Amino acid sequence: MSAGTLAKPAMRGLLGKRLRFHLAVAFTLSLAAAAGFKFSVTEPRKQAYAEFYKNYDAMKEFEAMREAGVFQSVRPKGQ
Amino acid sequence: MTSYRMIASRALSLVGRRAISTSVCLRGHGVAKVEDYALPAYFDRRESPLPDATFVKHLSSEQLALKEKEKGSWAQMTEAEKLALYRISFNKSFAEMNMGTQEWKSVVAGVFFFIGLTGFVVMWQRTFVYGDVPPTFTEEWIAAQTQRMLDMRMNPVEGFSNKWDYENKEWKK
Repeated sequence: MSAGTLAKPAMRGLLGKRLRFHLAVAFTLSLAAAAGFKFSVTEPRKQAYAEFYKNYDAMKEFEAMREAGVFQSVRPKGQ
Repeated sequence: MTSYRMIASRALSLVGRRAISTSVCLRGHGVAKVEDYALPAYFDRRESPLPDATFVKHLSSEQLALKEKEKGSWAQMTEAEKLALYRISFNKSFAEMNMGTQEWKSVVAGVFFFIGLTGFVVMWQRTFVYGDVPPTFTEEWIAAQTQRMLDMRMNPVEGFSNKWDYENKEWKK
């Protein structure tokens, strides 16, 4: 009836094989996502904050904001 | 018990005995007729390979002869005969059944069309239904608003005020 016999297909361990494969893939992708986020978002953000506060003069900024008239507790120096 | 019979006979006489008895005769003395949809049906389904019925229900004379030949040795049957037997039992092969259609193109086309139509509806609404936008959207208001946001140093590290050059009083390049 058939031209030649086919190989017997895998009958057992199908779920285990799939899980092993997909577990490895999932771990790798998750680690890659976390590493990517760390080096593209958190490290630049930490740098930006460090740069901002390196030469930050709070009193100077306060006086500038006061002159602009955004505070309710202190008016600009002229008034 | 007797009260039931009395009510039943009263009901029967109201409906008319002749009408009921004729329909009973047509169906053969009260035996229910089985409609086609209630019988085991043929289906092409990947998850159930063997349907409840064969595809061809009324065999022609050649097909009957073939069925007789099937009872003998299969090695003496030709490929064409075996294929004919298959096609008696099944409508589509697995390959034919699983074949994709071009339907998705129509679906995508319909989706785009109705999105476009909705665009027209929205444009009409904007012109003829909605009133004016609040004064907070005027140029002067937005300018004053932006100046105030810069004055109070909103998001000075990475955000809004970070993009403004306070020395030169212009946006950073």
